[in-house]
Amino acid sequence: MEQKLPRWIDIGLLPVINILAAFIVAGVIIALIGENPFAALSVLVKGAFFYKGALGYTLFYATNFIFTGLAVAVAFHASLFNIGGEGQAMVGGLGLGLVALLLDPLLPPLLVVLIAIPAAVIFGAFWGVIPGWLQAKRGSHIVITTIMFNFIAASLMVWLLAGMLMAPGQMSPETRSFADGVALAQFHTLVSYVGLSVAKSPLNLSFIIALVACVGVWVLIWRTRLGYVIRATGHSERAVIYAGHSPAKIIIITMAISGGLAGLMALNEILGVQQRVILNFTSGYGFTGIAVALMGRNHPIGILLASLLFGALYQGGAELDFEFQTITREMVLMIQGLIILFSGALAYMFTPMVARVFASYISSSKGVD
Amino acid sequence: MAAELWLQFVLALDATIRMSTPLILCAMAGIFSERSGIIDISLEGKMLLSAFAAASLAALTGSAVIGLAGAIIISVLFSLLHGFACITHKGNQVVSGLAINILASGLTVTIGFAIFSQGGQTPFLSRDQRFLPLELPFTETIESLPVIGPSIGVIYSEVISGHNILVWLAFLAVIVTGYVLFRTTFGLRLRAVGEKPEAVDTAGISVSWMRYKAVILAGILCGMAGAYLSIAHGGGFVREMTAGKGYIALAAMIFGNWRPVPVLLACLMFGFLEAIAARLQGVDLPLIGQVSTDLILVLPYVLTVILLAGFVGRAVPPRAIGVPYVKER
Repeated sequence: MEQKLPRWIDIGLLPVINILAAFIVAGVIIALIGENPFAALSVLVKGAFFYKGALGYTLFYATNFIFTGLAVAVAFHASLFNIGGEGQAMVGGLGLGLVALLLDPLLPPLLVVLIAIPAAVIFGAFWGVIPGWLQAKRGSHIVITTIMFNFIAASLMVWLLAGMLMAPGQMSPETRSFADGVALAQFHTLVSYVGLSVAKSPLNLSFIIALVACVGVWVLIWRTRLGYVIRATGHSERAVIYAGHSPAKIIIITMAISGGLAGLMALNEILGVQQRVILNFTSGYGFTGIAVALMGRNHPIGILLASLLFGALYQGGAELDFEFQTITREMVLMIQGLIILFSGALAYMFTPMVARVFASYISSSKGVD
Repeated sequence: MAAELWLQFVLALDATIRMSTPLILCAMAGIFSERSGIIDISLEGKMLLSAFAAASLAALTGSAVIGLAGAIIISVLFSLLHGFACITHKGNQVVSGLAINILASGLTVTIGFAIFSQGGQTPFLSRDQRFLPLELPFTETIESLPVIGPSIGVIYSEVISGHNILVWLAFLAVIVTGYVLFRTTFGLRLRAVGEKPEAVDTAGISVSWMRYKAVILAGILCGMAGAYLSIAHGGGFVREMTAGKGYIALAAMIFGNWRPVPVLLACLMFGFLEAIAARLQGVDLPLIGQVSTDLILVLPYVLTVILLAGFVGRAVPPRAIGVPYVKER
């Protein structure tokens, strides 16, 4: 009876049904707290795409999600569940910040940026490699260790930012600002050089880097030998051993790539906007990356689309907060939870139903019973 | 000087018990769930949801008992959702747990804001809307005894006496968990579905139903933990008030190797770290100087990683944990 569904249903229709289910439940909750869900949806869409500068913000948030989503996806391909994107991004930001703070009095800004970017990758990778190594060599469950490493990273950041890295003469836990020019240019300033003018938004060059990362991950996973072995490790470690590779080595390498991608998220927030390291600059984007990877079925194109959806949710959610008395930003968190639930944990709940509809459609179009 | 130091130590023990209580309840919840083969990282979210439900209901009805009941019901409902995803639909258990945690963060603030319009908090609860500390008899008499009073008597009056009913229930939960898991047929079957579900299935017992029963028990205990935070230990719900306690409980559960008494000890140790971290804030210790509270508070996570790495002892999870059971056809 089990019939294989065509690809367009599996990767096209089912994710859409799952997202719809999440939005329907969210709509019911909005109705229950006494607001009109359709009005809320309309504000959400306008706030995400049509208000002045909105699109820039949406793409800015999407940039974070592309990085963290790719990070989760790469690990997923090796059957590793990296929940530690949040911590890896924090530590990536720390590495970036340390380089910028140390070198900006000595080197020209452009050079500092060029060194700071790999530093973010290396620090993020390092924070991913430890749980990877523990999984590969000591059998420690990576889900638990990455959760623990998130907390350890958070404590480390508090300790450093409220301690030795805290800017003198100031109360909030953040570093001093980097020197002028140690930044990634924002989109609206870039287009002003060619005489165009767009609304101000924090969208910056990180977005381009994120797109490049998408292509890079696609090439890595589907067009290189390493990517092949990573996927093979995800399917069967024994097969990989038989083929003469070491699964342990592959796990560690995969977690390094995954952590490095998460570390890149720091570019967008720190080099793109803040130009200093602030506490909690990751604000949950690492966790959202899990939702993004799940929704995007671990494929860069899917992740790009899912990132746009979440970017729109975050930006539109901010507008909801302004326009409705009883709706706060946390509404977005709720929708995010529902999306993870429906497109992750309950991903296959609707499959039998869709399969039945599809089967009856096939048999009726063929004219046989 | 010595007497003062002793009293400080005794007070730290008292705080340890207060800090450990939600960890103990949550960790016992985790033991039930994970012993049956269902990973439960949603302890944090369920605790948050039930803390919110308890405080909201206590504020609206004026009754702490209704608050507790509501907390347990909400927590069980979300446990069932977790079960529905992981047992019935064989979804990824970690993903389901994570979804519940994120959903909990969003839902509590969204609904709290809609009902109370106080930025996601519930109103401050008055004394009769909460579970109050129970003073045991003779505390004053014992404390006023010469010699015994300030030395051992304070342990009775400060550490043992003066806790609310949920603290006592938490310690009772450890005994019950141990008894149910290791001394009853039900417990044997529950552990069996977490180790070798095929065997249980062959014996004609439904693996799914056993696992559902396990997550329901986990829900009950988690609900109590949440209620403790908002209507017993605290006087209302504050957003994100669980602040990672669910994950610390998870760590304690691993640290104690999924066995009730060692898990209790791990919870007490982590609670003690929390208690002294609060006390040592900004205090100059002789020889050591100031100890960073961040470094103390991060210890549970670091210790758990070290244990997981197998450098000291070894964490051995139930064999079938995280694997959905597919009946052979």
